[in-house]
Amino acid sequence: MTFEQSLARLEQIASALDRDDIPLEDALKLFEEGITRLREASASLADAEGKVKTLLEQAEGVFGAKE
Amino acid sequence: MTHPGATAAEAISVLDLASAAKDLLEGGIPKLWVRGEVSGLKVYPSGHWYFTIKDASASLSAVVWKGATFKIPAKPQEGDQVTAFGQLTVYPVRGTMQFTVSQMLADGEGLWQRQFDETKRKLEADGLLDAARKRALPRFPRTVAVITSSEGAALRDIIAVIQRRHAGVNVMVIPALVQGETAPDSICAALERLSRWVESGSAAGGVPVPEVLIIGRGGGSREDLWAFNHESVARAIAACPIPSISAVGHETDVTIADLVADLRAATPSVAAEHAVPILDEVREAVAKLAGIMADGLQDRIEVGRRDVQRRAEGLSQRAQLVSERRRARTERIAQRLVQLAPRAVERRRAIVARLGASLEAKSPLQVFARGFSVARSVEGATLTTLSAFAKGQQFELLVKDGRVRATTESVHADAPHLRKDA
Repeated sequence: MTFEQSLARLEQIASALDRDDIPLEDALKLFEEGITRLREASASLADAEGKVKTLLEQAEGVFGAKE
Repeated sequence: MTHPGATAAEAISVLDLASAAKDLLEGGIPKLWVRGEVSGLKVYPSGHWYFTIKDASASLSAVVWKGATFKIPAKPQEGDQVTAFGQLTVYPVRGTMQFTVSQMLADGEGLWQRQFDETKRKLEADGLLDAARKRALPRFPRTVAVITSSEGAALRDIIAVIQRRHAGVNVMVIPALVQGETAPDSICAALERLSRWVESGSAAGGVPVPEVLIIGRGGGSREDLWAFNHESVARAIAACPIPSISAVGHETDVTIADLVADLRAATPSVAAEHAVPILDEVREAVAKLAGIMADGLQDRIEVGRRDVQRRAEGLSQRAQLVSERRRARTERIAQRLVQLAPRAVERRRAIVARLGASLEAKSPLQVFARGFSVARSVEGATLTTLSAFAKGQQFELLVKDGRVRATTESVHADAPHLRKDA
């Protein structure tokens, strides 16, 4: 799942949990899934420090680090 | 003293005379601007343009060599008033005088504007400029493709902006020539390679396939930017499988590429700002979602807590009918029930506050671990009231580490767990 998709799913879950009429059992299940998605999203943000990875195409489909 | 050709015996060759005339013209008249009307323009297979510049009482053969035609945005049309810059010379092979044109203007900006308008009209007719075609940019791309010169200031600006906003984003540079005669073909080829790559869906160089494209170059003269007004470039941008941001030159430069791209950015730096979110803002958005989830669950649990409290009060009233000892015990149980629920809420708040690996272990499902169990019908419906049970009916008991298949022996409309302790 891409970061974009994880976040879209998180938004769905958050808005579902924001309703009062959801059965408690469903709420718990959604919360569980939400935690998984949060962990995915947090993990991909965790390696977002440091330097932007820049690759330069050297031949079709062949990329090398750009300095 | 005589001169070559002064007598029949000293006759010179045709070539020598034509060459002498050529030298005389080129030496005597510097390169200059001439104004007149274009007539009979023909493009030869060699790529050269031949035409006549004339006014009411004179005419002049003119040529634009293929290499110079690139600097002239559009072919002048019959009758166009133009101002041409060039060298008057003699073409010895035909013995004709001709004006070799290196630059041409028509009504100031006329030719450039005409080419721009013509290309725009064609793209409009094909629906490529429709507002409905504009795609939304991805909000959180992992990889940004950049088509520009690998040496230009534009690329440096783009990388610097992305570095500042969100260093977790990858940049994939597909280099292209962005000015000169071969630029349009080079840009189209880069776009085709990008399209093939995106459609293959395979990560290259260890980074995910790009989700957004920045295409453009830094500032320059109108001629420098002209590749981005080329019809073939515009069509290749329109065909790009991922949303595109154009960034050509400065704020005031609007090109055909800008009209076709999903978003026009004033400069390459601005394009990078549109392409990539600020990391801290992304973190904030994630934290906000975590908060909404926690609050939502808390509210839902609060509804359950009130339910528990109501029942506890019912037990408390009933207890007054029996002995004082029983009543005290029942009240303790009631209090405990009331205390438990808010604590469960607090626990879940803490869970969200400490997003991390330990989250799952402390999930709300831990209620099972505390000894609660849920009765469920064979069909999977949760059984919460007496009326859901009938003598002999089978059901399942969900406990911490599994399920228990059970059969209802009898049903009692009282509270045996209280009476037993009395």
